[in-house]
Amino acid sequence: MSGIVPAPVARQPWQMLIPLFVLIGFGSLVLYSAAAGSFEPYASSHLLRFAVTLVMAFVLSRFTRNLAMFVAFPIYAIILVMLVGVEAIGFVGGGSQRWLNLGFMQLQPSELMKPAIVLVLARFYASLPVGMTPTWRSLIPAGGLVLTPVALVLLQPDLGTSLAIVFGGAVVMFAAGLPLRWFMGAGLAGAVLAPIAFFVGLKPYQQKRVFTFLDPESDPLGDGYHITQSKIAIGSGGFSGKGFNEGSQSHLHYLPEPHTDFIFATMAEEWGFLGGLVVLGAFALIFRWGLSVARNSEDRFGKLIALGMTATIFFYVAINLMMVMGLAPVVGIPLPFMSHGGSSMLTNMICIGSLMMVARWNREAPRSGLYR
Amino acid sequence: MIRRRKSTRPREVVTQSTLDNAFDRRTFVMGTTMGGIGVLLAARMGYIAIAENEKYELESESNRVNLSLIPPRRGWMLDRNGAPLASNRADFRVDIIPERTPDPDATVTALTQILDLQDDQAADIRKRIADSPGYQPVEIASGITYDKFAAVSVRLPDLPGVVPQRGFSRFYPTGPSVGHLIGYVGTANAEEYAEQDRNPLLVTPGYKIGKDALEKQFEQELRGIPGARRVEVTASGRIVRELETREDIQGDPVRLTIDGPLQDYAARRIGLESGSVVVMDCETGDLLCMASMPSFDPNSFSQGIGRVEYGMLREDERVPLRNKVLKGLYPPGSTVKPMHCMAFLDAGIKPDEAIMCGGGRRIGNRFFNCWSNHGRVDMAKAIYQSCDSYFYHFAQQVGFAKVAEWAHRMGLGEEFPLPVTSQFFGTVPSPEWKERRHDSAWQPYDTVNSSIGQGYYLTNPLQLAVMASRMATGNRVMPRLQLTDEKPQFEHFAFSPEEIGYVRQAMSDVVNGPGTAGRARLPFEDIKMAGKTGTAQVVSLSVSNGKTGPWKYRDHGLFVFFAPFDKPKYAGAVVIEHGGGSGAAYPIARDVMTFLFDPAKGMDALRPLEEQWGGTAQQRLDAKYRAYAAAQGATVPPAPSRDEDIFDQVEAEARVAARQPETLAEQSNPSRVDNRTPEEVSRAAGSAAQPAADVPATDAGAAPASQPSATPAPPPAAAGAAEPPR
Repeated sequence: MSGIVPAPVARQPWQMLIPLFVLIGFGSLVLYSAAAGSFEPYASSHLLRFAVTLVMAFVLSRFTRNLAMFVAFPIYAIILVMLVGVEAIGFVGGGSQRWLNLGFMQLQPSELMKPAIVLVLARFYASLPVGMTPTWRSLIPAGGLVLTPVALVLLQPDLGTSLAIVFGGAVVMFAAGLPLRWFMGAGLAGAVLAPIAFFVGLKPYQQKRVFTFLDPESDPLGDGYHITQSKIAIGSGGFSGKGFNEGSQSHLHYLPEPHTDFIFATMAEEWGFLGGLVVLGAFALIFRWGLSVARNSEDRFGKLIALGMTATIFFYVAINLMMVMGLAPVVGIPLPFMSHGGSSMLTNMICIGSLMMVARWNREAPRSGLYR
Repeated sequence: MIRRRKSTRPREVVTQSTLDNAFDRRTFVMGTTMGGIGVLLAARMGYIAIAENEKYELESESNRVNLSLIPPRRGWMLDRNGAPLASNRADFRVDIIPERTPDPDATVTALTQILDLQDDQAADIRKRIADSPGYQPVEIASGITYDKFAAVSVRLPDLPGVVPQRGFSRFYPTGPSVGHLIGYVGTANAEEYAEQDRNPLLVTPGYKIGKDALEKQFEQELRGIPGARRVEVTASGRIVRELETREDIQGDPVRLTIDGPLQDYAARRIGLESGSVVVMDCETGDLLCMASMPSFDPNSFSQGIGRVEYGMLREDERVPLRNKVLKGLYPPGSTVKPMHCMAFLDAGIKPDEAIMCGGGRRIGNRFFNCWSNHGRVDMAKAIYQSCDSYFYHFAQQVGFAKVAEWAHRMGLGEEFPLPVTSQFFGTVPSPEWKERRHDSAWQPYDTVNSSIGQGYYLTNPLQLAVMASRMATGNRVMPRLQLTDEKPQFEHFAFSPEEIGYVRQAMSDVVNGPGTAGRARLPFEDIKMAGKTGTAQVVSLSVSNGKTGPWKYRDHGLFVFFAPFDKPKYAGAVVIEHGGGSGAAYPIARDVMTFLFDPAKGMDALRPLEEQWGGTAQQRLDAKYRAYAAAQGATVPPAPSRDEDIFDQVEAEARVAARQPETLAEQSNPSRVDNRTPEEVSRAAGSAAQPAADVPATDAGAAPASQPSATPAPPPAAAGAAEPPR
């Protein structure tokens, strides 16, 4: 950064912020088109939410390491209570079981649990004596921390979010250096148990989604409709797309959910392969920055937070894109920073804020070989 | 990793640096995995968007663009003068697409009010909607007025799934007169759809295919090429905008040999009777008239006939659903006698060879009665007095196998190459036939019965008309229905002109001499009709005398004829079912031929009769239907008005109107030879300036068959047609 730029501005992680702004701006354009060429209702609220959560992320980035260490367990506990509350109130109220009405907004506690599980596990492993890493002491409490919220979320039921929480937890545990054979064993057990879980644990509609994913053309007007229409949208966009506001799949309502889960298809139809590369490239830059933050951190807590948060965002992106391209079954997971939706924006910006926080710690605590 | 497992397991020693190393390695693995997934996604997207772009672009277009077919206008069916026997009229219709209607019940209720539909109609529609596959439009109403069409159109936002359309519906100006001849059209059923390779046109609402008779036979010619409308639609089917429209191409017209006004006249002249009239041009074989009554109104069928109306037709003992010209089989009775005489002539019997009638004749060891005692009977008297004894004797003498051979040659028991859906060919009995069919030997009484057209003999009216043409000309005349420019050549039978002239004279005497049909004389000085009466018993004399009593037991009345007798131009047959004898048949033949030569005189004969019968055939059918429906407790909408003048061209009255100025012109310029070109004829037809074509009693034979003036009536309609059919 040159001298004319004030230091507080130059200090910011622009290598992440610029791709982020690109994604938000691009997302707003696509939302503008998805609302049939109107700023309302999607694009405007998208930008507003981003502005609010960006401020929140900056505030979050000011947290000190000690404060973060201190609040990790209480935050986890509060969200756990909220999850229980969702069950209770949702049950009593007879309404949706995923949301808590806070008066000013609808909050989805299971979303908040995604960064919270990363935080609490990082906190757990940061304070776990190094020597205990390969012992059961490192696994049992962490497993409990992960499985308790997962069980609550599965009760809602919300398979996608449960998987995201498991994924975030597993990544942190993996990075924490737990013996590889445990992961291999878990993977093996999963491979054995998955078919049983599939037929016993999944609701019929969830099973159907998996079948449909395996063969979407079998019922193009029924359950395969989403995947088929999404592929048509992406495929018909071609190299450079049909042009802004020219997407017939989204404008004529063939594409389901063109502003949320299938926003990538909406984008790809109008902007083509080039637009797709821009989105993928922007995410790649953000993840590269996230991983570099993790690598550059000399602190086990910071490392684990940074890696876990990056992985959480990545999980969203990967599952969403695989879904719209017909590589994964339809699960309700939005595309970070582009899809219209408050909870997902909040979660992802918490992840970004946490990463900025770790990046600040790195900057302020110069690299050293000493364990703090 | 394997190395690590080996090193950690035995010791379980973990230090900060090994953890950091593990973190760095594992982060690298994760980063690589993420990068790999990113590349995979980019490749996948590239594959879909670039490699498979063409396929998905096509699918996107087929999503976006909805192609709807515009049913082609059906080709017209024209009579020999170019007047439409079947045409189309502009029509407003309303369809509903059940799939796009969230609440079909409420929508139908709303439409019922707007369109003033009856309750039973609404119930029918609800049933059809419930039965439909959903994506296929269901007809709510067709033939509605513009006001109602507009009323539906403005309320479309409240009526999701409702499609108001402009279309065309088939129209038969003379209705019942052409019902059996032309047939009707209707919506294709599931079998027809499957038969025609699931042609999407067949399930397009408003599209109808030929269901019977000529409409069915000429389906491919009449069909035309559908137009198409491309519209952009949303996923829910709402039309966003119209992209492009290709006009339909109307089907080719089919020109028939039928003379429209004559067909109408004959059908109406049959009146309250059940029967058929066939008239043909014996020079070309052109079928000028094939009327079969009572009939149905093909307009009702084409609009989807109601249950009540169909029930009325099906229950009628006079079978209005059967084309009696082709599928009515009757013993020909005495009408075959002149033909049998020609067989005798061929067998070497001289015309002046005579027998004594004596009220009957002994054949073998039995005595067979004649209907009267005729004394000395030669061939001429046998024909004009219809003496049975003569035929008993000579049929026995020459053998009936010989006679049957001639019957076949004259067209009886034969099928003709006509574009009709089916024709019953009946029976010409012969020893060989009886052996084959009944496995029993031919007996003398079989000869006796067959020689006077009774017994096993069965013919249809078309065969009788062909027989009359062949007898009159001595040519093997083949009937035809489709008009062409070429004049067909016929094989000539080996009869001398004297022999043919002898039979002609004898048949003329039936009408104009001391014969059995004196009342059949034409009201003209210079045109004489020849004919032969026939009466066919239906039941034995012990059941009924054939003249009175229950309708079903009365004799059939038959009459075959040709005119003018000395230079035959027209020939035909009239068969009246259960008419109580030939007296029911020949007055009809007389009036039809009168109309053919002088329309005004013909109409003068018909008008008082129709007054007595209670209106034209169409009016009587409408009235009958209303009465029947009232008895069934159903209400019937009033008959559609006949305001389009173009459709009145083939009615019998049209010819009279066209002829009036001609007679005036004729007086000032009495030309007897028509030497105009067809163009002049059609130009002149509308105006009275040109000298009119004359009655072709003497000279018509000289005119080429293609010229409309070769028929007695110049084309009154051709020039008046507002829209010449393509």
